Amino acid sequence: MLWKLLKQHISVAQLAGFFLANLCGMVIVLLSVQFYSDIISVFKGGDSFINNDYIVVSKKVSTLGSLVGKNGTFSSDELKDVKSQDFVKKVGTFQTAQFKVYAGLEFSGMNISTAMFFESVPDDFVDIKSKDWDYNIGDSEIPIVVPRNYLNLYNFGFAKSRNLPQISEGMVGLVSLDISLSGNGRREVLKGRIVGFSNRLNTILVPESFMNEANSKFGGDKKSQPSRLIIEVDNPADERIARYFSDNGYETEDNKLDSGKTVWFLKVMTGVVIAVGIVISILSFYILILSIYLLLQKNTDKLESLRLIGFSARRVSLPYQILAFLLNISVLIISVVIVFMSRDIYLGLLEDIIPSFSKGSPIPMLLSGLSVFIVVSVYNVVAISRKVGSILK
Amino acid sequence: MNSIELKQTLPQVFSGRDSIVSDIWHKEVYFERGKSYLIEAASGTGKSSLCSYIYGYRHDYQGIINFDGMNIKGISSCGWDEIRRNAIAMMFQELRLFGELTASENVMLKNNLTSFRSERQIKEWFEQLDIAEKWSQPVSRMSFGQQQRVAFIRMLCQPSDFLFMDEPVSHLDENNGKIMCSILDEDIRSRGVGIIVTSIGHRLLMNYDSVFRL
Repeated sequence: MLWKLLKQHISVAQLAGFFLANLCGMVIVLLSVQFYSDIISVFKGGDSFINNDYIVVSKKVSTLGSLVGKNGTFSSDELKDVKSQDFVKKVGTFQTAQFKVYAGLEFSGMNISTAMFFESVPDDFVDIKSKDWDYNIGDSEIPIVVPRNYLNLYNFGFAKSRNLPQISEGMVGLVSLDISLSGNGRREVLKGRIVGFSNRLNTILVPESFMNEANSKFGGDKKSQPSRLIIEVDNPADERIARYFSDNGYETEDNKLDSGKTVWFLKVMTGVVIAVGIVISILSFYILILSIYLLLQKNTDKLESLRLIGFSARRVSLPYQILAFLLNISVLIISVVIVFMSRDIYLGLLEDIIPSFSKGSPIPMLLSGLSVFIVVSVYNVVAISRKVGSILK
Repeated sequence: MNSIELKQTLPQVFSGRDSIVSDIWHKEVYFERGKSYLIEAASGTGKSSLCSYIYGYRHDYQGIINFDGMNIKGISSCGWDEIRRNAIAMMFQELRLFGELTASENVMLKNNLTSFRSERQIKEWFEQLDIAEKWSQPVSRMSFGQQQRVAFIRMLCQPSDFLFMDEPVSHLDENNGKIMCSILDEDIRSRGVGIIVTSIGHRLLMNYDSVFRL
């Protein structure tokens, strides 16, 4: 009966306007939060060989630098500076071989031999089963990791043009290479075995223990400055890393920092979209408040009479508060439904583009929806109470 | 509540006047539970103001109004809700009925709040006051005299220590006035309720304990 009295003057058009506007704002906010948490996982994909949080850095090779004979190595000061950055967890240096390396392969009656080089990084940067990567002084077989590109070059370029058979990664592991090391007036032939391929590291990698031994045996005691660093970072998508490297003229070998930039743009875009959504939500929220104020204003006489026959302010406010609450909660529920429906659509598209795509959790989206709902509802309830309370002092 | 006390009370709009001739304004007045009072007033002497001060929805007066010796300016909003539900029932001059609701809904709205009367009792009053056929008719389509009777019944739907009736019979014939009096006599005076009635000429015919001129 109270409701029959108080619902007078409710403007369906105004409330529908609020409902639609708030729905728009809420959907925009929630959808961008959800999209962000889904898409961010794309930039955190892993590599099986080397941990995703490692970045390989070198200095830019410039024409002028080459002419004046700059060697492009990192000085100990520069190394210290890199180590002092907050985003850096661990820094390792690449050690280059100070001796000559020839690798030969006997293969269906053909002898292929090539000059090559070795590099090493500290073992804890190499993510390979320790049994395969183990090298003890005196062992005659050297474990080697080569870039996957090399195999592709051979299979799709070299082998095709020479009518040689293509080889798989598994087969490569079975082939044993003849490695000839020479320098410092000495020469030795060892066996080498390829234990893994890397997408990330553009080098031929051997265990550090072997490198130390071979350098002292064949290279003499020359100390060399590292020309490449391997850095472990907390989050390779951190845009500060890209900024630091470009400020210092360093280069990274893979597109990891591109993803850092992409993530940064993604954050900016998401921020802008969320801000637009929030502005729409705030405006719609004002529509609701204004519309309820107008309603209260039109019903002032009735509210005053109700108060005078003994209805408490709380009792009189309650129907309006329930109205605002119901509107808000239905906006929340409908927007969540819409977000899940649109998510199904874009998840399908993303899975087509990125096969390894794994979707994010909907919890951040639900939490932000819930907090917007709570803030708006609490404000509505308080505003209505105060307005009704002011009618009959 | 046992007493309503006016101490040197005066509407602020009268404060500029040099002399006031009144039994109420600027006097010590004491209304007691169980007694009945008539306040006779000419138009413009502040009768409706008196009602609004005592019912707590206007405060533009000088002096003091006490309920049981307590200044009513200290009563909180919740306190007034309590008084309007349980202690003082008011029949407003402008009635304050809800035009959208039917006669019975207007009465039940109040009675649902207090749960004081049975529906049978309310129907009986409707019969007695000759508005039974208006039971489910919107109040807006009733005459003022009929509306006065609805407002009268609504006023009875609460436990109260005082009844305050502002011109209850201004649009009623003598016969209906008598019926009201008999209802008041049998139901209200037996419970020891105080009654304060105002009138400008057309008075509710009762045996009053005191008559004031405003």
